[in-house]
Amino acid sequence: MFRHSLLGLALVICIGGLTTAAVAASADDFKAAYAKAEAAEKQATALKNQWTTTEAELKAAQAAAKSGNYDEAVKRAQHAEALANASIAQAKEQATAWTQAVIR
Amino acid sequence: MHRAVLFALALLGLAAQPVFAADSVNPQADFKAFRDYFTKRFPKVPLNDFVNGPYSMNADLRKQWVEIDAFPPYQFALDKGREMFETPFKNGKTYADCFPNKGIGIRQNYPYFDTKSGEVITLDVALNECRQTNGEAPYDYTKDDMAALTAYMAFTSRGKLFDIKIPDDPRALAAYRKGEEYFYTRRGQLNFSCASCHVQSAGNHIRTEVLAPALGLVAALPIYRSEWGGMGTTSRRFITCNSQVRAVPLQAEDEFYRDVEYYLSYMSNGLPISGPGARP
Repeated sequence: MFRHSLLGLALVICIGGLTTAAVAASADDFKAAYAKAEAAEKQATALKNQWTTTEAELKAAQAAAKSGNYDEAVKRAQHAEALANASIAQAKEQATAWTQAVIR
Repeated sequence: MHRAVLFALALLGLAAQPVFAADSVNPQADFKAFRDYFTKRFPKVPLNDFVNGPYSMNADLRKQWVEIDAFPPYQFALDKGREMFETPFKNGKTYADCFPNKGIGIRQNYPYFDTKSGEVITLDVALNECRQTNGEAPYDYTKDDMAALTAYMAFTSRGKLFDIKIPDDPRALAAYRKGEEYFYTRRGQLNFSCASCHVQSAGNHIRTEVLAPALGLVAALPIYRSEWGGMGTTSRRFITCNSQVRAVPLQAEDEFYRDVEYYLSYMSNGLPISGPGARP
């Protein structure tokens, strides 16, 4: 019983270690995530609807990558992409929705 | 069958959406509706008092303002603006040579639609055009020099009524429409439009501030803001508004900013210039 428990614990530690190694982000992961965020922000720029928070997240992603913290860099880039996509959706929705707020 | 009926009703509902808005541009009708909205919502505020922004909405703020105005915080800018206005350029000419009535008492006619360039020209842009025509470098649209010059020109126009014209030119109507669109469009992560604060929430508090009504909003510009610890131009006001809702601001005097000033000034036609103003 005790031997089984030890084996189980060892297995959990091994899997845990492997998993951690598998999800640690690389410079390439950052580049891919940042490219997607940048492409989305480019669309927001074309719509004249950038958010300051998107810009801040893009900068934070770059800073994290520069310091070698790719986990953080990917996380920030993904957040920037989500914010940029939300600003695009806002601009597209508001392209017609603004008329409903006009004083009549 | 029941579903089909619901679907048909839903389609009818969609069809009944306000298609009126996108179909036509009618500044006169907009003006009347805008004026009626604010005067009915704030029936105790005299029409000309709307130009005093938050002071027309809140008695306590008004008391403070009356006391502050005994020694107006924009006085330094006013004095500087007058000196700048009267000082000749290197070529010997002055600002007075660029403007009707030698630049005195003309604030109420700006912005105007320039049929030659097909663009809205604000007073700030006209001042920089004057400078460049006379071989001088343009001023930054957000900084103190421009604020001082426009403060002086507004001061010489105090009490004169906004008289913004929309010429019979489809480009002028398009500029007006773009200004209206910018004013009502939600932007930034906070999802606010200019109207969110200055129409729907006019008179309400946002933190410690009382939001000014859109009617007469531009009449007090440029303004001294205690929050800024200095003077601010129209561009600075728009840029700050955008930043506050977490939207990346446009360039100062961007076409959209000029158009929204055109729209708001037209909506304030008939109201007196009160600038330069002082705000918390």
